[in-house]
Parts: sequence; C-alpha cells; structure tokens
Amino acid sequence: MRRKIIPALILAFGIVNFSGPLLAHHGTAAFDTDKKVTLKGTVTEWFWSNPHCLLQFDVKGDNGQVVHWIGETQNPVTMTNGGWSKTSFKVGEEITVALFPVKNGLPLGRIITVVLPDGKMLDALKGTSGVRDYK
Amino acid sequence: MLKRFRISIILLMAAPILSSLAVAQNQPPPAPRHDISGTWEPANGPQDGVQADGVKAMPNDNKPQHQLPYTPYGLQAFKSHHALEGAQAVLPGFFDDPRDKCEPLGFPRMNFYNLRETQILQNEYKVVMLYQYATTWRVIWTDGRELPKIVDGGVAVGGEVKEPRYYGYSVAKWADDTTLVIQTIGMMGEDRVWLDTAGRPISDQLRVEERLHRVDHDHLEWSVTIDDPKIYTKPWVAMDKFPMKLEDPHRDVMEQYCSPAEMERYNKLFGDPSSGPASHAPKQ
Repeated sequence: MRRKIIPALILAFGIVNFSGPLLAHHGTAAFDTDKKVTLKGTVTEWFWSNPHCLLQFDVKGDNGQVVHWIGETQNPVTMTNGGWSKTSFKVGEEITVALFPVKNGLPLGRIITVVLPDGKMLDALKGTSGVRDYK
Repeated sequence: MLKRFRISIILLMAAPILSSLAVAQNQPPPAPRHDISGTWEPANGPQDGVQADGVKAMPNDNKPQHQLPYTPYGLQAFKSHHALEGAQAVLPGFFDDPRDKCEPLGFPRMNFYNLRETQILQNEYKVVMLYQYATTWRVIWTDGRELPKIVDGGVAVGGEVKEPRYYGYSVAKWADDTTLVIQTIGMMGEDRVWLDTAGRPISDQLRVEERLHRVDHDHLEWSVTIDDPKIYTKPWVAMDKFPMKLEDPHRDVMEQYCSPAEMERYNKLFGDPSSGPASHAPKQ
C-alpha cells in the first residue's frame, strides 16, 4: 500500500507544481485590443531583440508611486521597416506611450505609438497591416 | 486660324502614341531566359509573407474552402500539435511549436513563415536560396541529377541511403524560358518540422513542388504544392502565385534570427507574465 501511495504523492506534487502554464511567446489573445492606454513615463531600457523588442519605462502615478511598465513591439526587421531603430530611445528620456494592455491587469502591453521628447511620433503598426497581423 | 487648327489636330493624333510610349517606358523589361537570380521581396508589402494563420493559400481560419484533406493519420498528427495561431490555437501555456525553441524551421515551412527578403543566386549547377529568417539557405541542383527516391530511413541516392534533412533534397528543371520547377523530398516529418504556424503536419513521405515563374524582369510568382499521402488524401496548393518583386541588387538584407537567450529573456519579462494570471508577474 505504502509503495502505491508514495508514487501517487510524487505525481500529485508534480501536477501541482507544473500545472501552471509553460508560458512563452504568445499570440494576440493576451491583449485587450478594445482598450487603449496612454502613459507618460521615463525610459529605463530599450531591448532590441527577437522575437519582439521590449520598451521598459517607469510611470509615476498621482500618488507618487512609480509603476514599471513593459511594452512590446514587433521584431527588429518589421520595426526597421516602420522607421524604428536600435537607437530610437535613450535611458532617462520622457516619453508618451499608447498601448493595448494585457488582459490580466499587469503593467504590460503591446505598443501602438510612442511620442518622443521632441514631439516625433513612432508608429508601431506602420509596416504591418494592423493589430491582427502584428505577430 | 487654320494653322492653329492643324496643330491641334496633330497634337490630338499624337496623344495616344505619346501616352502608349510613356506606359511602355514604365513597363519592366521582359524576364531574362532561365534566370531567377536577384534579391526579391513580397510585392504586396513586407508582412505579406508572414503567414501567421498558416499557409497563404489555405490559412487555418475555419472557412470550408480552407479545410485540408487530412487522412485519419494526418488529422491525428494535426491534433497532436498545439499551435499558438490559427482557428485551433491553444492558450499560450500549452503550445508546442518547435519554432519557439529556435529549432530549425525546416522545409517547406521556410516558405510559409516570415517569407521576406529572399536572395536567389544561381550558376550552371545550382540555384541557391538565401532566406532572411534564421539566415538559412537551400541548395537546388540544376545539373541534371535525378531526384533521390524516398526509402525507409531517408532517401536513396545512387545505391546509398542518406539521412532525412531539415531542408530536404531538391532538384529543378526549367519548364519553359521563365519557369523553374523544383522538386523536394527527404524532409524531417511530424514532430521535427511543422508545415506552418497553425500546426499543420508533414511526414517523411512529403513531396513538394515549387514553381517559380519570372513574369517579367521585376516580378516573380512563387507557387507551392504539397503532396503527402501519409497526411493528406490528395495534393493541394499551399502558395498560389505568391507575388515577389525585385529589389535593388545593392540591398543589404537585415538579419532576422531566433536566439534562445533573447527568447528566454523575452519570455521571462513579457511572454510568461502577459499570458498567465497576474501571479506570474516578473520580479522587478
């Protein structure tokens, strides 16, 4: 009996510990594309990488609390076609980011546009055929 | 008065001739004979070859006209794949696309995933395709050699059995002055290589026919037919005259790669927390 219980416990432990999603690169389902959020923040990192570039920035709320946001864009090839580059942002720059937030409420989203300190706007959908095509 | 009238008549008569000359000047020159070399890009924009929902001519969108003719085994193989895109897409936590482990895409998926700028080089022996994604190339022999035969465990070349390859074994012949027909066999099947991002399967019995037709000097049409009796009951067209246009020969094509290190960082910072419950938030 004991021989049967121990493997069963090990299996149950395994299920509990690994039943969380093996999360990874995602489709469009993670985003609330009906909701657009606009944020003013300070760049902390611009990560030019595949499969998606990541823009990290801090947003100070009305209560003075800082929330760290991460916005993703398309891959570097598509972003280059849309006029973006590895040097599009500098750490410490004040930017205004419009994005589609993720559905689970975390400070993450898919970038639509970014307005730079000089007023120039970078369009993340340029070079794509829209949100659906934005993979 | 008469002089003005004559000039007007002459101008009216000359207009169609001048107009047709202008149109002719805008027309690309005719296609050169037996030459598809050049740097090509999707003619309808750089995203046209991304094919996120599956092969261009038959996307996995639940439309009746896009249902594939699966064999029972093929359907079983399809259901065993958990794709992140297409009508049967699973939740982000449960997909198993080899792409996201940076496994080689293989052929023919190379034609159906991020088909972007493609450089074609050729000489009297071979045609070489340099794909942008994953900096990958294919060699297509045009030296008259026979297509190998599919045998158990790989392909037979002469009396020798050779291993299956991610990009298979390709030979080609000119069907006419401007159409190259490529036959490819000997690919990795099932779990190693998917047909497309929607998780359609292929097997080791797959035969692929590509037709590259240079319409004129500046335009190419690329068609692909899938013939895999183990997976599909009949051959079907996956890419139908996909239009490519010629780029400046000096064009320096940018890299698009899959880096396990970048993928891991992306998943840690964004992919994982964005896909699951809020408790999966990254530590900052």
